[in-house]
Amino acid sequence: MAKKERLKVRQQAAAERTKNFDEVPFGYDDSEAADEASRCLQCKNPTCIEGCPVNINIKEFIRQLSAGDKAGAIKTIKQSNSLPAVCGRVCPQETQCEAKCVLLKTGQPINIGALERYAADWEAANLKTEAPKIKPVTGADGKQIKVAIAGSGPAGLTVAGELAKLGYKAVIFEALHLAGGVLVYGIPEFRLPKAIVKREVEYLKLLGVEIETNVLVGKSYTIDDLFADGFSAVFIGVGAGTPSFMNIPGENYKGVYSSNEFLTRMNLLKAYKFPEYDTPVKLGKKVAVVGAGNVAMDAARVSKRFKGVEEVHIIYRRSDKEMPARREEIEHAKEEGIIMDLLTNPVQVLADENGFVSAIKCVKMTLCEPDASGRCSVKAIAGSEFTIEVDNVIPALGTKANELLTTNVKGLKLNRRGYIEADPETGETSIPGIFAGGDISTGAATVIAAMGAGKKSAAAIDRYLKKNISA
Amino acid sequence: MYKITLKRQLTKDIKLMGILAPHVVRNAKAGNFVIVIPGETGERVPLTIYDWDKESGVVYIIFQEVGVSTVKLGMMNEGDFVYSIAGPLGRHFHIEKYGNVVVVGGGVGVPAIFPIARALRDAGNSVTSITGFRTSELSILEKEMKSVSDAVIVATNDGSSGTKGLVTDALKALYDKGGKIDLVVAVGPVVMMKAVSELTKQLGIKTIVSLNALMLDGTGMCGGCRVTIGDKVKFSCVDGPDFDGHLVDFNELTSRLSAFKAEEKISLDHCKIHLAGR
Ligand SMILES: Cc1cc2nc3c(=O)[nH]c(=O)nc-3n(C[C@H](O)[C@H](O)[C@H](O)COP(=O)(O)OP(=O)(O)OC[C@H]3O[C@@H](n4cnc5c(N)ncnc54)[C@H](O)[C@@H]3O)c2cc1C
Ligand SMILES: Cc1cc2nc3c(=O)[nH]c(=O)nc-3n(C[C@H](O)[C@H](O)[C@H](O)COP(=O)(O)OP(=O)(O)OC[C@H]3O[C@@H](n4cnc5c(N)ncnc54)[C@H](O)[C@@H]3O)c2cc1C
Ligand code: SF4
Ligand code: SF4
Ligand code: FES
Repeated sequence: MAKKERLKVRQQAAAERTKNFDEVPFGYDDSEAADEASRCLQCKNPTCIEGCPVNINIKEFIRQLSAGDKAGAIKTIKQSNSLPAVCGRVCPQETQCEAKCVLLKTGQPINIGALERYAADWEAANLKTEAPKIKPVTGADGKQIKVAIAGSGPAGLTVAGELAKLGYKAVIFEALHLAGGVLVYGIPEFRLPKAIVKREVEYLKLLGVEIETNVLVGKSYTIDDLFADGFSAVFIGVGAGTPSFMNIPGENYKGVYSSNEFLTRMNLLKAYKFPEYDTPVKLGKKVAVVGAGNVAMDAARVSKRFKGVEEVHIIYRRSDKEMPARREEIEHAKEEGIIMDLLTNPVQVLADENGFVSAIKCVKMTLCEPDASGRCSVKAIAGSEFTIEVDNVIPALGTKANELLTTNVKGLKLNRRGYIEADPETGETSIPGIFAGGDISTGAATVIAAMGAGKKSAAAIDRYLKKNISA
Repeated sequence: MYKITLKRQLTKDIKLMGILAPHVVRNAKAGNFVIVIPGETGERVPLTIYDWDKESGVVYIIFQEVGVSTVKLGMMNEGDFVYSIAGPLGRHFHIEKYGNVVVVGGGVGVPAIFPIARALRDAGNSVTSITGFRTSELSILEKEMKSVSDAVIVATNDGSSGTKGLVTDALKALYDKGGKIDLVVAVGPVVMMKAVSELTKQLGIKTIVSLNALMLDGTGMCGGCRVTIGDKVKFSCVDGPDFDGHLVDFNELTSRLSAFKAEEKISLDHCKIHLAGR
């Protein structure tokens, strides 16, 4: 049995998909899912489960799928993961569950992500979502105990869902006008359709979670206000948020967008549908994205899909091997015709007489002795300057801690880089009753890591409330 | 959705609106702004908080119709709902006792200086207001500025009301009269803030300006609002919008404000065609 090969997920052809924003992989159909599930060895010691940060019972849900019990499979998944349609699509499975699948040594691990997605999509299409009956947990005054959650990314959504299921009133405050965090403003439509995020958010509402958008915790309401308003605990999941720039001359010319700005215009504000939507984005024929992480791949692939764009470059100072993005994303980008300018480092952005970007000046780099992190360090080759004519430059160089909230809370301990110090097992911060998790405590990480942190925090908040508040 | 409780036409294309938004009002202070999205497919539009009422939870904004978003907002009426309003954003204006303060407002910068003047006066400063308009028909908030200032000078380019000339002429005249000025606050079009800052630099008077860079999220997440202050790049939505006028790179700001000129026109035309078709 195990000799059967891992079943590839069918996807839109590269030539076709660069003309639209539709999802790239189609997902398994019924028979494909059954076939892939039947490859699972049902190991005595299912190591795959350890690889999943929220420990989904992978063995069991795959068994259920191969037996045709789709409803059972999704139930199993949802015991550990409340956003399977999201995770099945965006988890870096190759470093998580699939990296621990025993079949990895054959080079053909089970496609766990695709199966998870299949089960979640099947549920959405076939089952009616119903609100479970939940008994409210009340305080001494007989009222339901309330918990405030700042930020509606995967961390905040998870905390809210878990607490609601336990009977607490969870209220999410979100600074932007839509809930979902990076899932709505960062990750592009063709990797994660926004309808899916919306569906998950609607489910939380069904559980009794309240979502107040357009509210900035620390500005609209301070944390003190929240406690004064009767919230018994606060969870902070405000994400990493602030973009880094290259700090080279010319970076403020028109046509330079941080990856956050570019993706927010496109995803959150739908600039790709301009002028039907009012928010514009101005891209010329040639776009250069700087950096080679997942965000850079997203920015490059979104650019490639925008009307009028002919050429998209990824500019990266190291070589192919060191690119931090997922291999799958790099391959997708290459298939779509994105040009990889490796061992290349920007030194200046040039502009025309009106201040619009006209070119990017770079130097060639060479790899030398590996540095402390084990990655090869690089140095510039003297006299190797050259320019690439471009109309836009999109630095995708990672993010820093967003200080909007953190600097507004007295006594909240931050680490050297400005992230909140929170116990990784409980989310407890330096202030009792305030918990934190996700990118704002770890720095930019993954959806599933943020969800894992949310789950642990919810459990810790429950313990805290039982001890200190509930009747 | 947030209800429009009040709408007043101040001039041909300047409107005042009250919007029910208790979450914005609760901690609002002079110098803060909001981001409004008129309808679901709309842009995020930054507008200064002109006034607010703690009891009713209504926030007041005054805006000029210059493009698609402000035109769409201006078409909405009392009882309608705006899709979204977030705030209060930005740092609030730092209030302390400076002594003699001159607040200078040009056009729709005047609504921004109103709460600042009021807070400064409440803190014991002597406040002189200079407001500038192209012509008397465009003049707004004279009565309101009088209510929060020790003296008000209105300047119009054509002399159709108040003194003739620019706000900088009025400021220079005030200075020449010999009164001591400890602080100047200027809010208005970039050219005006630039001219005021250049003048006060010569005169050696500390000057604060409120920058109207293009913005998107208003939470420090996109960096689209970046401005150069001295040798540092700052995000005007979270580090500002108030900055030392003598350090601002106004030329860069002016250039960046025109980043979407062509698209703004397309957008407005599209909106007009759409309206005509209805
Ligand atoms: C372009 C891009 C692509 C990515 N692709 C992947 C991927 O494929 N797979 C993967 O696993 N991970 C991916 N990631 C990383 C992943 O999205 C993040 O690690 C994850 O979203 C972090 O979740 P979070 O809940 O901590 O914060 P976020 O998702 O950042 O959400 C935080 C939310 O808090 C809000 N907020 C901020 N300040 C306040 C405040 N003061 N008050 C109220 N609300 C506030 C923000 O507006 C935001 O909505 C990607 C990230 C980006 C940027
Ligand atoms: C912090 C802040 C506070 C503001 N407060 C007010 C206010 O109280 N009242 C008010 O009327 N306006 C205010 N503005 C300006 C207002 O946001 C813009 O006029 C508005 O976004 C224009 O949108 P639009 O779609 O109607 O026009 P667009 O089509 O976007 O633009 C039309 C014209 O207006 C110019 N423009 C666009 N954005 C700005 C901007 N941010 N500043 C100056 N000119 C711009 C464009 O260059 C163009 O010429 C403020 C801006 C900021 C950043
Ligand atoms: S949640 Fe992510 S890591 Fe866990 S099983 Fe699903 S795809 Fe794998
Ligand atoms: S390790 Fe792989 S083969 Fe074994 S149970 Fe898990 S998914 Fe199946
Ligand atoms: S508007 Fe996005 S960072 Fe200021």
